[in-house]
Amino acid sequence: MSHDAKHNATHDAAHGTAHAGESHHPTGNQYLKIAIILTIITAIEVWAYYIPALVESPLFNPALIFMSALKFGIVVLYYMHIKFDHPLFRLLFTASLILALCTGTALMFLFKVF
Amino acid sequence: MASHAAAAPHGSTGATAGHDDGHEHHHYTTTGLDNRKIAIWAFLGSECMLFASLISTYLIYKGKSLVGPFPHTEWVNEAGKHFEPILDIPVTSASTAVLLMSSFAMVLALQAVQLKGKPIAATAGWWERIQRSSQFWLAATAFLGATFLGFQAYEFTSFVHEGLTIKTNLFGSTFFTLTGFHGAHVTVGVLWLMTLLWIDRTRGLGPKDELIVDICALYWHFVDVVWIVIFTLVYLIS
Repeated sequence: MSHDAKHNATHDAAHGTAHAGESHHPTGNQYLKIAIILTIITAIEVWAYYIPALVESPLFNPALIFMSALKFGIVVLYYMHIKFDHPLFRLLFTASLILALCTGTALMFLFKVF
Repeated sequence: MASHAAAAPHGSTGATAGHDDGHEHHHYTTTGLDNRKIAIWAFLGSECMLFASLISTYLIYKGKSLVGPFPHTEWVNEAGKHFEPILDIPVTSASTAVLLMSSFAMVLALQAVQLKGKPIAATAGWWERIQRSSQFWLAATAFLGATFLGFQAYEFTSFVHEGLTIKTNLFGSTFFTLTGFHGAHVTVGVLWLMTLLWIDRTRGLGPKDELIVDICALYWHFVDVVWIVIFTLVYLIS
């Protein structure tokens, strides 16, 4: 690889393929739609909290955790643009997240939470 | 070493060297990626571990407090004093919405920096025009972050007035530690944003500064996703 090619490749990658993948990044209006979706999910979570019949349901906690995970995923994928970024960044974050989840779960097993 | 030397054709000894074309030219790295961006992702990975430990500790001690006040249930002490459930869901829901909106403002701040200098149509409306103002969105993000901190200060103060401190019971210890650490992260984020805003006001941020804004944005969104988890596990699940 010539010096210029290396240089340009580094430049593009430094911005997380900002130039190569710029067209794939969401637009301002798409970011607005994502914000509205996040707000609606949060509103559903809070609304469910005030319905005693839902709170007593065995599905309440799993549903809340699912909605929380959904919001987490949306922010990480689109706002942190991990979906459009270099795979190494995805690997770094996902591996750490899995390790963190495993550590937390192991801790809770150790202290007999489950 | 050879590749490193070859990648600094303009004699730059720093990480980057600015050019007139409005773009940064980076050193060649073995991964082909800017080390600063790898560093922030590695840092965020380590932060996952930190918050996973804090959240797990909260969950381990959840419901094991011997004395109140309790988060979701009422309590009467030996003197007959009645304590309501201490968590204020409406206030925290509002602060959660504020933090979510701050993430929205942050992505628009980054986009504004990326688009700076590019032509805008003469027929563009106010929404298209406001999207180009990085100062507006950076200020909005910092303001919303500071508002979140205001909500947290109010919450902490009211808890102390109601008799819950970090020493009162296991809930108090784990709650204040977890949310306090998160609040400290938000405080760092607000200071970071205000620094970027100051730079933008003094010399102006442009596409060549995309990376430094992007790194701040990644940190800010991470703080947001941590709160998404805390809000559900601490406040909503009883």
